[in-house]
Amino acid sequence: MKMVTAIIKPFKLDDVREALSEVGVTGITATEVKGFGRQKGHTELYRGAEYVVDFLPKIKLEVAVTNDQVDRVVEAIANAANSGKIGDGKIFVYDLERVMRIRTGELDGDAL
Amino acid sequence: MRMRVRGDGALGRAAKEAKSRAAAWAAGLGALTAAGAASAQDATLSAGDTAWMLVATALVLLMTLPGLALFYAGMVRAKNVLSVLMQCFAICGVITVLWVVYGYSLAFDTTGMVEGEVNLASFIGGFAKAFLNGVTRDALVLAIPESLFVTFQMTFAIITPALIVGAFAERMRFAALLVFSVLWFTFAYLPIAHMTWAGPGGLFWDWGVLDFAGGTVVHINAGIAGLVAAIMIGKRKGWPTTAMAPHHLGYTLIGAALLWVGWFGFNAGSAVAANGGAAMAMLVTQIAAATAALGWIAAEWITHGKPSVLGIASGAIAGLVAITPAAGTAGPMGALAIGAIAGVVCFFAATKLKRTFGYDDSLDVFGVHGVGGIIGALLTGVFAAAEFGGAGLAEGVTIGQQVGKQALAVGVTVVWSAVITVIALKLAGLFGGLRATAEEEQEGLDLALHGESGYNL
Repeated sequence: MKMVTAIIKPFKLDDVREALSEVGVTGITATEVKGFGRQKGHTELYRGAEYVVDFLPKIKLEVAVTNDQVDRVVEAIANAANSGKIGDGKIFVYDLERVMRIRTGELDGDAL
Repeated sequence: MRMRVRGDGALGRAAKEAKSRAAAWAAGLGALTAAGAASAQDATLSAGDTAWMLVATALVLLMTLPGLALFYAGMVRAKNVLSVLMQCFAICGVITVLWVVYGYSLAFDTTGMVEGEVNLASFIGGFAKAFLNGVTRDALVLAIPESLFVTFQMTFAIITPALIVGAFAERMRFAALLVFSVLWFTFAYLPIAHMTWAGPGGLFWDWGVLDFAGGTVVHINAGIAGLVAAIMIGKRKGWPTTAMAPHHLGYTLIGAALLWVGWFGFNAGSAVAANGGAAMAMLVTQIAAATAALGWIAAEWITHGKPSVLGIASGAIAGLVAITPAAGTAGPMGALAIGAIAGVVCFFAATKLKRTFGYDDSLDVFGVHGVGGIIGALLTGVFAAAEFGGAGLAEGVTIGQQVGKQALAVGVTVVWSAVITVIALKLAGLFGGLRATAEEEQEGLDLALHGESGYNL
């Protein structure tokens, strides 16, 4: 099993959610986060006073998937979140050791 | 009484009306002073004038509460939002009481004033009207009850020290602010108001200075006080390297909008009548606010690349400030010019000047009110001229001469306000210092000085 974590632009969240539904993903966790990468921050001007805002708002998605799903999921996120501009985000994939559905006690593949 | 178009054989209808108003005002006050509670013999109450002035008075108070309070509250950081709201509210309370006790008397008592003669009464009124002595139900000023005139003028006295709050926002101790406001109101506001508006025998009045609604009395006076106070009290901790972005520009825009609407009472109410002068004052006020708002964002768009909400709000206020002294004399074309010039010049004053000279006038009291007030005072002399569609200058007075008179009044006000501000701050500092401690400033004045938080979300 794999945990796919993606940092995306907030306005792409709906597109990514739809794309993931289409490839059979049944659960997503989304968190509002702030950070910076190559896009860096932006500047704000108030009566000529310039403030550099380093951290920009992004959405962090966490999706737990089976090994055979992972390539399709990564591809779906990459396609849906791509605006072609700097700051589109990144996708990280980790190994996932255990999963349990709390209500039923089901484990691993059955719990996804 | 604020119709400052003066002189013999004045040009145009507005000017004639102005002359008669000034005369009526002087006669009315004289009769009141002499006969105490007795109303002036030839004055009768005008229901129309009174109805309008009741509304105008409420509009001017609306400028401070909540207009100015919100305008400033939005520009400070979230930890200081209550402190500026509190300061505006408290000043309203303090000045109201002082106005009743001695303020109205020192500003508008005409005892000892002689036209063309410079004496003590040219600078300050006496105590004949202390505790509103003689202000009865029947007493009249011009064609309105004196009680209404007292209240109308009170709202001007309230907003002026409240304007200064923006210069030392986020660091002044509340107690020191109260002491400073009492002293500054007494020794800077009252004399300048008296010199300008108390009638023949007042210093600026006799010079023929045009200040319809308070360019010198309110805006230059407060703007200079703000500049001096910002320098004396010192920069906020971390300025200008730390980010101190406004925490809620929505408040600021609402505040600016309330100021804009309230300004109709300020300027059109300064006619102290429901007449053509008041209506023209309202029109030119609207025009100047609009052109200055556009001028500011145009300058901003060109130099910074984006037009901002703070910019359009600041621009509107700059235009309102600049048209204030000219509201009784300028025509619509003059207002277009005054607004456009004020919007662009104040933009550069607020964005470049303080950074160049390194003083922390937190909310640009000097950049907007000081600079806008001076531009307005000088341009009043230009656009009062009939050639530029104004009401006309006094006979034999050229534009150059009128601008000279305006400049002289500006100069006296600048020096007077600066000196009094220095002394008032020195004295206010004796009671535990002017500034909050570094720790209080870091924590935020809301919690440190008032024991409350603006936002508990």
